Amino acid sequence: MESILQIDNLTVSFDGFKAVNNVNTGIKKGEIRFFIGPNGAGKTTLLDAICGRVKPQSGQVKFLDREVTRYAEHEIVNVGIGRKFQVPSVFTNMTVYENMELAVVKDRSLYSSLFQRLKKEQIERIEDILVTIGLYEKRYNTPTALSHGEKQWLEIGMLLAQEPKLMLLDEPVAGMGRAETDKTGELLKKIAQTCTIVVVEHDMEFVRDYASKVTVLHEGAILDEGSVYDVQNNQKVIDVYLGRGGERDA
Amino acid sequence: MILCSMFDARSLENSKEKLVFSVIILGLVLAPLFLSDFRINLLGKFIAYAILAIGLDLIWGFTGILSLGHGVFFGLGAYCMAMYLKLEAANGKLPDFMSWSGLEGLPWFWKPFSNSIFALVMAILVPSILAFFIGFLTFKNRIRGVYFSILSQALAIIFVTLFIGQQAYTGGTNGLTNYKSILGSALSNGSTKLVLYYISIGILVLVYVFCSVLVKRRLGRILVAIRDGENRVRFSGYNPTTYKIFVYCLSAGIAGLAGAIFVPQVGIISPAEMGIVPSIEMIIWVAIGGRGTLIGAVIGAILVNALKSGISESFPDVWSYFIGLAFIFIVLFMPNGIVGLAKKITRKVSKQALHTNH
Repeated sequence: MESILQIDNLTVSFDGFKAVNNVNTGIKKGEIRFFIGPNGAGKTTLLDAICGRVKPQSGQVKFLDREVTRYAEHEIVNVGIGRKFQVPSVFTNMTVYENMELAVVKDRSLYSSLFQRLKKEQIERIEDILVTIGLYEKRYNTPTALSHGEKQWLEIGMLLAQEPKLMLLDEPVAGMGRAETDKTGELLKKIAQTCTIVVVEHDMEFVRDYASKVTVLHEGAILDEGSVYDVQNNQKVIDVYLGRGGERDA
Repeated sequence: MILCSMFDARSLENSKEKLVFSVIILGLVLAPLFLSDFRINLLGKFIAYAILAIGLDLIWGFTGILSLGHGVFFGLGAYCMAMYLKLEAANGKLPDFMSWSGLEGLPWFWKPFSNSIFALVMAILVPSILAFFIGFLTFKNRIRGVYFSILSQALAIIFVTLFIGQQAYTGGTNGLTNYKSILGSALSNGSTKLVLYYISIGILVLVYVFCSVLVKRRLGRILVAIRDGENRVRFSGYNPTTYKIFVYCLSAGIAGLAGAIFVPQVGIISPAEMGIVPSIEMIIWVAIGGRGTLIGAVIGAILVNALKSGISESFPDVWSYFIGLAFIFIVLFMPNGIVGLAKKITRKVSKQALHTNH
C-alpha cells in the first residue's frame, strides 16, 4: 500500500545540535506507528517537524504526495494532519461542547466565525464523538472539572472532530492508570479504522498491545524499524533503550 | 437535570448582564434631571471612556493581548474630530495656531476635514488602519505577550513626540482647542451639550450591543481560545494572526470613535491624552471593572473616573496613589474585578438559598 506520509532525509537542528538527523521513513495508510526511544532521541521534535511547529534545516515531509515541509501550522491541519500535545491542551474557559465546536468547524475563516452556525451533521458529529470518548454526560462542564485522562480524551476528541487523515499523538497515555490506558488504546484502534496514527510513547506494554509498526529513534537518527517483536530482539535497541527502562516491562 | 441548570446558568448570567446594563443606561438617561450641567458634561466624558473600555476589553479581556498604547487610537480619533471643529471655528480662515506657526495656507490633509461626516469616518478609520499595520507586522511575526505590550507603549511615545513636534499641523503641546460650534450649533449652548450627551449614550448602547453580539458568535469563543491556548488554536486549523489583527483593528476603531465623542464635550484634545499614563489608566478601568465581561469595562470606566473627579476635587495630590493602590488591590485580591466579585457573591447567596430550601 502507498505511504500516506513520506519523510525524506529530514534534519532538524537547533543551534547546530541535530535533534533529528537524516531521518527517512514512510507511514502507510491505516497504520498505528509508534516512535520510541530514550529521552532526547528526537521523537517529539520529529512530530513537531511533521506538523510544522519547527521548520527542518533540510529534507522533506510529504503528505499524500503533497510537499508540506514549509506549510504554516494551520495549513497543515487543513490538509488533514492533527496534532495532540503531551500536556493536555484544551480550552479551560469554555465547555467541553464548545471545545468540540471550535474543532469541528471546517471553514475556519473570520467570516464563518461571525456568520455561520454549525450544520446539523456537525452537531451530530460532535455528539457522536462525545459518546465515543465518554464525555457526552459532561458536555456542559468546563474541562477544569475533568480528570487528567478525560482531558486527554477530550483533546483526542477534538482531533477526531477535525476529521484528519493522520493523527500525531505525543505520549497520550502518560500519567494514566492501567484502566485508562486500555481505554485509550481501544479508542486508538477504533480511530485507526478511518485514520492513520503516529504515537510517541514510553509505555512498552502499550506499544506491544497496539503498535502495527515501531520506529526506534536514538540521538536523532533511526536505530531500527519493524514489528514490535523484531525491534525488541534487536541487540542495539536493547542496549540503548529497552535495557535501561523498557526492560522492566519486558 | 444538572445539565439543564448548567446551561441555564450561562443564559441567566447573560440576562443579568443585560439587566445591569439597562439600569446603567436608564441612570445615565435620567441623570440630567438630577445633576448640574457641569456634572453632566463630566458624565459625557466618562461615557466616551466607557466606549473605549469596551473595545479595550475585547482585545485584552477576551483575546489576552495587553495593549498599552490605546491612548494613541483614542487621540487619533479625537484629533480627527477636533480638526473638523477647528475648521468650523476658523470659519474659512486659517486656524489660529497655524497662523501663529507661520503657515500660509491650510495643509492638504486638513482640507477634507471641513466635512463632518468625513471627519467622523476618519476618526474610526485612521486608528483602525494604523492598528492594521502594527498588528500585521507584530502578530504575523508572532510577537506576543509582554513584547507586544512594550511595542504598543513605544507607539504612545512616538505619537506624543510626533504630535508635539509638528506644532504647525497639530497644535503642538497645546493640542487643538477653542472650538465654537458643531454642525452650526454653539458648543457653549446648554441644549447642544445635552444633545451631545444623549448621542454619547446612544453610541455607548450601539457599541455595547454590537460587541455583545460579536462575542456571542463563534468569534467570541475563538478569541477566548487564543487567550487561553494560542497553540491549540493553531493546531485546530485556525490562523490566530487573522483574528488578532481583526480584534486589534476593531478595538482601535472603537477607541477612535470614543475620541470623536470625547472632543466636542471636553473642548480640547492634546498629546497628553494619548500618552503612556492615560493608556495605562484605560487598562486599569477594565481591570477594576472586570475584564472579559463587556459590562465590567463599562462599570470600570465610569466608576473609576467618577471617583477620580470626586477625589481629585477634594485631594488633588492623592489620586495617583489611590488609583495605584486600588490597582494593586484588584490584581491581588479581585482578579476578575467588580463583576467577578459580584458573580461570586450571587453564586454564594444562591447556593445558600438552595441549602435553606432543602
